[in-house]
Amino acid sequence: MNKPAAHLETAIVEQDTHPMADLLRMDRMPHIWCSGCGLGTGLTCFIMALKETGIPEDKVAVVSGIGCTGRVAGYLNLDSFHTTHGRGIPFATGLALANPDLRVVVYSGDGDLVAIGGNHFIHSARRNMDLMVVCVNNFTYGMTGGQAGPTTPISAKASTAPYGSYDYPFNIPYLAIASGATYVARWTSLHMRRLKNSMREALPKKGFRVIEIICPCPTAFARKNRLGSGLDLMKHYHDNSIIKHGADPREADIDMNGKVVCGTFLDIERPTFRDFQTENIAKQLGGE
Amino acid sequence: MKYWRKPLDADTIKVPHGRIYVVKEQCKGCGFCVEYCPKDVLELSQEFNKKGYHSPVAVREEDCVSCGLCELICPDFAIYAELIEEDETTEETPNKTDKTEKAEV
Repeated sequence: MNKPAAHLETAIVEQDTHPMADLLRMDRMPHIWCSGCGLGTGLTCFIMALKETGIPEDKVAVVSGIGCTGRVAGYLNLDSFHTTHGRGIPFATGLALANPDLRVVVYSGDGDLVAIGGNHFIHSARRNMDLMVVCVNNFTYGMTGGQAGPTTPISAKASTAPYGSYDYPFNIPYLAIASGATYVARWTSLHMRRLKNSMREALPKKGFRVIEIICPCPTAFARKNRLGSGLDLMKHYHDNSIIKHGADPREADIDMNGKVVCGTFLDIERPTFRDFQTENIAKQLGGE
Repeated sequence: MKYWRKPLDADTIKVPHGRIYVVKEQCKGCGFCVEYCPKDVLELSQEFNKKGYHSPVAVREEDCVSCGLCELICPDFAIYAELIEEDETTEETPNKTDKTEKAEV
């Protein structure tokens, strides 16, 4: 029929032929992320979303902090900057205010954004800065050896909590909404298409947008907690994630064996910091 | 994909076909593409790449519909599928014209 003849051998090609090679620094590939880590999946979704929005490459800047996810800025062939620990948002704030045409994306991890950079996160959300924050949550400090972090679920083991961590973890969607973000979504690495659509939705929006990606960490988090490989964690997300748009973020806590509530929690419009700066303050000072 | 009954327009829908390309040396053998390919096209090969991982091979490439899921899920930018552009003169088109002609008569 119209089926092509079966190919006997799979085509092995060079890395430059990959369709995303134009937005990646291929000289740095293969990247340092472990086998089974979901960070690369999130990055492919981001690149796809960026291509689908049609925003020119020179109108996008990506800022990262420190950590495994902090490597994203180094791998993307865009205007990108790798800042000090937790300071991705302040750096990006400067970029966004100095150049209002620029779409600024902060792509960083949970330890970077809500631990050491926690105050920057909540205050940027409060002021509604024009930033898109992609927070990759792998429940641990992966790069430094699996220490317990602010998102480690109760009773999860970590290298600094061998008998289990009994601190209440942050619920990032709840934190973001309570602080004043205008777009909040959570997806796991398995929800690639939905994550991509969410990023495509959030990229052209104004205001402080937060997308949390639940990401498997097979080397640090899963190994300490005997959760298996990255693929086992993906299967766990498949069985235990619930998609519920507009869910109450107070119910989106993550337990060790509980359900992971995914979806778009909030999508509203609110005047941004820049709107107030340009309109109201100029009026007060007698300008236009 | 197996249908529990045949769709009514099954003979008019043209199923696309894809060709799979693997960047073998970039693969880390996580198995995401093999597990989640909706058409079960891929399997991990027995061979090793330079880093000692088993990269995927397309064992049933004729089933690939170029949905692009492997490209999206691959964390290592090591696999992608391309749509095979087929000629206009496939066997489907004469059937279609026959049907319309009959309907007109």
